[in-house]
Amino acid sequence: MISPTGEFKPNAAAEEFLPYLNRITEADHRLFYRDMVVVRKFDAEAANLQRQGQLALWVPSHGQEAAQVGSAYATRPQDHVFPSYREHVVGMIRGLDVVDILRMLRGVTLGGWVPEEHGNFHLYTLVLASQTLHSTGYAMGMQLDGSTATGNPEADQAVIVYYGDGASSQGDANEALVFAASYQTPQVFFLQNNHWAISVPVARQSRTPLYLRAGGFGMPGTQIDGNDVLASYAVTAKSMDDARAGHGPSLIEALTYRVGAHTTADDPTKYRDPEELAYWVARDPIARFRSYLKGLGVEQQFLDDVDEEAADFAADTRRRALEITGPEQSVIFDNVYAEPHPLVAEQKAWLERYEASFDEGKN
Amino acid sequence: MTAALDTSVASASLPMTKALNAGLRRAMLDDPRVLLMGEDIGPLGGVFRVTEGLIAEFGDKRVLDTPLAESGIIGTAIGLAMRGFRPVCEIQFDGFVFPGFDQITSQLARMRNRHEGGLIMPVVIRIPYGGHIGSIEHHQESPEAYFAHTPGLRVVSPSNPHDAYWMMQEAIASDDPVIFFEPKSRYWPKGEVRFDESGTPLHASRVVRAGTDVTVVGHGAMVSVLLQAAELAATEGISLEVIDLRSISPIDYGPILNSVQKTGHLVVTQEAPGFVSVGSEIAATVAERAFYTLEAPVLRVSGFDTPFPPAAVETHFLPSPDRVLEAVDRALAY
Repeated sequence: MISPTGEFKPNAAAEEFLPYLNRITEADHRLFYRDMVVVRKFDAEAANLQRQGQLALWVPSHGQEAAQVGSAYATRPQDHVFPSYREHVVGMIRGLDVVDILRMLRGVTLGGWVPEEHGNFHLYTLVLASQTLHSTGYAMGMQLDGSTATGNPEADQAVIVYYGDGASSQGDANEALVFAASYQTPQVFFLQNNHWAISVPVARQSRTPLYLRAGGFGMPGTQIDGNDVLASYAVTAKSMDDARAGHGPSLIEALTYRVGAHTTADDPTKYRDPEELAYWVARDPIARFRSYLKGLGVEQQFLDDVDEEAADFAADTRRRALEITGPEQSVIFDNVYAEPHPLVAEQKAWLERYEASFDEGKN
Repeated sequence: MTAALDTSVASASLPMTKALNAGLRRAMLDDPRVLLMGEDIGPLGGVFRVTEGLIAEFGDKRVLDTPLAESGIIGTAIGLAMRGFRPVCEIQFDGFVFPGFDQITSQLARMRNRHEGGLIMPVVIRIPYGGHIGSIEHHQESPEAYFAHTPGLRVVSPSNPHDAYWMMQEAIASDDPVIFFEPKSRYWPKGEVRFDESGTPLHASRVVRAGTDVTVVGHGAMVSVLLQAAELAATEGISLEVIDLRSISPIDYGPILNSVQKTGHLVVTQEAPGFVSVGSEIAATVAERAFYTLEAPVLRVSGFDTPFPPAAVETHFLPSPDRVLEAVDRALAY
């Protein structure tokens, strides 16, 4: 819809999605821009925190902001969102405090938040594609308890699940598509094709464009320019509407690019062509949307204010990340089981006695 | 449609398949959130007919014939449990659970822990298991140790129809995931099921034959082998105390330790390979807790540390009453 240089030039395939843009105003456009800029700054700050030893690992989202922001704003409050582990801004938009994400990556929790209290944004899943099946089961549950396809778009629920080009090769992703098609779940599979699964290019994952796989499973598939935030919004909005209305699941392949490393443990200079990187950097989703907003007449002051807000956000995140404290040792044993378990109880008591034994005689 | 079993009577003589069916039905009547998932469990009633008649009674929103994908079954059951349902998944045969192993061990078992207690995972996974049925590869295995080794799971196995009826309901009522191993060689022998009294707690082991000389422990189909061994031993004047483990994780050591206090001898038995097995764990724990009461080393009688062999030679692989008695003799001769 928006060209790489920032002009609004929808192609023929975009036409059926254009009415969905009528749902959003210029204020929403500004919000999309603001979120993309803020999360990029946050992302850079989190990477710094990792470099300084304050996080065990960081998972950058640089380059994928438009795919994530547009799709996240296409969800409704009653929907459920199953992320992979790179959808920081989706969590932010759903009401998550991003410091909760840092808690997990700082090694003080295996989770970090209560999904139902944070916009139904579920926990990150680190085993690739596992969450696709959980999301499909959850969507089956929506059908079974009558929370979807009632004809009331304000209440009907749907699920969106995020995964990537690497995860698309996992058996679980394929089984999720089979189950979703079979039970006609209210669900959108949002596949961010960022072209790299750590060091393995997407060509190794698939000999066919990934959106075409949807047809083989019996559901519609749409490929979008994932660096176009309006395309991401409009296509996801239609797909989620269809899901809520009982028209079944669909797949969106968002073509985007992992500008940064896979994680802070990765070194993409060892396997990526700098020219490819330059090509994608020139198609940067934020620069493109900035040009678009300027074309609409958005004043420079707004853009400057957003930059300042992003810097403040990142600084505040850094400050609060450094204040994160570790859990008590009892977290080792708590919540392994819901009901009493003798072995875990014995070991918890033993560790307490053992560690207390070092204090004896100190007084 | 098969007429539903009348469970308003005090008791009935049933095979384990029908006892399990009655237990599932009772749980579904008691709680509308309970639903069944699996391959061929609908109109066919499962390859062992354990779910026979349930789709006709409860409909296809409670009994879900699934695509043929074990990871898909477990993974979607997790999502359904997150949504508030209590899924009971059928894995068709022991050797077919492994495509779902990642979802069981990396996801199901840890989901509550990862959520810091914010949710429960009341998922039951039924697995028909074990040998003695003369079947082909992947249809006679005993993989329980893999699951017992995984924190977050509970693992149980009934040995008789009465326990099967009650343990199934208790497993479904548990807020934790339960791997429910059904000894398929015990599917068909009938036994008395008492509907009027609740069973022994899910995770309790139980003395099923009192004795004084040697304690023998086993679970699932091994219990009937142990009872046969005890009969044979009695003819030679040796008294075996037989303990039905019932629960593999956690293990209820009370009855085992009490028995060893009395007998001073322990033989642990299982169809599974013995290396890094449930029997090894019991041997180690009893050695730690009852060292001075033991008059002989704890001995294990297990399947061999080989793949389950072709059925033509399975009787040489599976622990028989005679192999149990060979170990009993060694323990007493020590």
